[in-house]
Amino acid sequence: MAVLDWLSMALVGAGTLFFIAGSIGLLRLPDVMTRLHALTKADNVGLGLIVLGLSLQTSGPMEVVRLLLVWALALLTSSCACYLVAHATLQARRETGHDS
Amino acid sequence: MTADAAALDILLAVLLVFLVWRLLTLSDLFKATILFIVFGLLLSLAWVRLRAPDVALAEAAIGSGVTGALVLDALRRLGAHGAVDEARPLRLNLARLSGGLLVACLGAILLWSVLSLPAGWRGLSAEAMAAMPHSGVTNPVTASLLNFRSHDTLLEIAVLMLAVLGVWTLDAEPKPSAEPAGPILDLLVRILLPLMVVVAGYLLWAGGHAPGGAFQGAAVLAAGGILLHLARPFYLGNHVIIRLVIGFGFAVFLAIGVMLVVGGGRFLEFPSRHAGTLILVVEAAATISIALILLALFVGNVREGAGRDAP
Amino acid sequence: MTTPIVYASAGVAMLCIALFGFLTARHVLRRILALNIVGSGVFMMLVALAARPDPPDPIPHALVMTGIVVGVCVTALALALLRRMFADEGSARLPEDREFG
Repeated sequence: MAVLDWLSMALVGAGTLFFIAGSIGLLRLPDVMTRLHALTKADNVGLGLIVLGLSLQTSGPMEVVRLLLVWALALLTSSCACYLVAHATLQARRETGHDS
Repeated sequence: MTADAAALDILLAVLLVFLVWRLLTLSDLFKATILFIVFGLLLSLAWVRLRAPDVALAEAAIGSGVTGALVLDALRRLGAHGAVDEARPLRLNLARLSGGLLVACLGAILLWSVLSLPAGWRGLSAEAMAAMPHSGVTNPVTASLLNFRSHDTLLEIAVLMLAVLGVWTLDAEPKPSAEPAGPILDLLVRILLPLMVVVAGYLLWAGGHAPGGAFQGAAVLAAGGILLHLARPFYLGNHVIIRLVIGFGFAVFLAIGVMLVVGGGRFLEFPSRHAGTLILVVEAAATISIALILLALFVGNVREGAGRDAP
Repeated sequence: MTTPIVYASAGVAMLCIALFGFLTARHVLRRILALNIVGSGVFMMLVALAARPDPPDPIPHALVMTGIVVGVCVTALALALLRRMFADEGSARLPEDREFG
């Protein structure tokens, strides 16, 4: 049991590192596109690692399925939201001639 | 309570207050709105920490989701010029100073009254728990909303209908034409919308014994409608069918109350044998109406023949 | 039990900051945001104090849920008023706040 605990601790810790990296990227990178790059990739992998770490602590397979469903939905919505934000940015650039 | 949980609580509380400060002082109202949505999401975390999962669901779906969508939509209609406010803090004058002093006094009184409440004070929880076996459901919050305080909830649905009437009356401007949404948003709607309908149904059903209920289900359903509206803009108008569906929940609620009076009982006092069924019927009708009401509040009303989007 | 006190105090702080913001803001949209947060501060005090007994008191939870739903109505109606004022008069501020530009 202790090995499992350590393993999930390591996975959740690694996931948290990805979230921290994404947040630093969001705060420090210069424009919308690079921020999106930092945010979506870091968050998707980070959430995946946390879900993996948490699924080692569940009591049954149904909870694992639920956690995976959360991850799948987050992946779907975050990639779509990323595309929409990038698309809107490109459109704004075309209209005003510069990055906003 | 362990120390790390206390640290989380204090961090969350400080973060909430900081967000409030930032979103009231930023000059860019778009950024302020984004912070407002973040504030709502963190607030629902706080509700979870305070053991109020029903409130957390309602906050995430309505307080943060639907309200955020409404404010963003209003910002878009104001345009880039209308969305800029002057930077803060404002010059201190007598009115602002006296306002600030009054608010500080209010804060001190409230803080003192919070801290001076006796530690063993239990509110109405003992009475509510004692009445639970007769309520027809096992989730105490649903029992409070639909049974103990059903008059409030009935009138709340009436308030929702009044708000729709107000928006319909005021909002007679042509809608700015929306850009075609493109295939990605279309795909998102195709996948999410059926899921949202299922989740709304589940929340409605689960409300009897677990966190959930009519308001949360309706909010998820309305969010699905808003998503659909963003992908493929449509107009609800105030067609007679729309009006009937909006009034349906209130009508069913009222009819059940009147039936109870006719049957010899008192208004909206559910007999404990049928309470579970009656609550589910009222909630199902209310879910459909509230979802459409929230959607109508977002879509608004468009002058006939004006502002139709290009296909 | 310190958790309820922490959150109730945060609720008081949120309420006061937002109430001051509501009184001093000029842009109507910011006033609407501030009004929402005043509501959230009150809700936070109610729910925090309801968390002290075990199990938590469900009555304030039901009150707060009613409040959240009424809050979204108020916001929608206020935003409709704002949009109408902006469409008719070209300004997002109330008449007495406009002279400062």
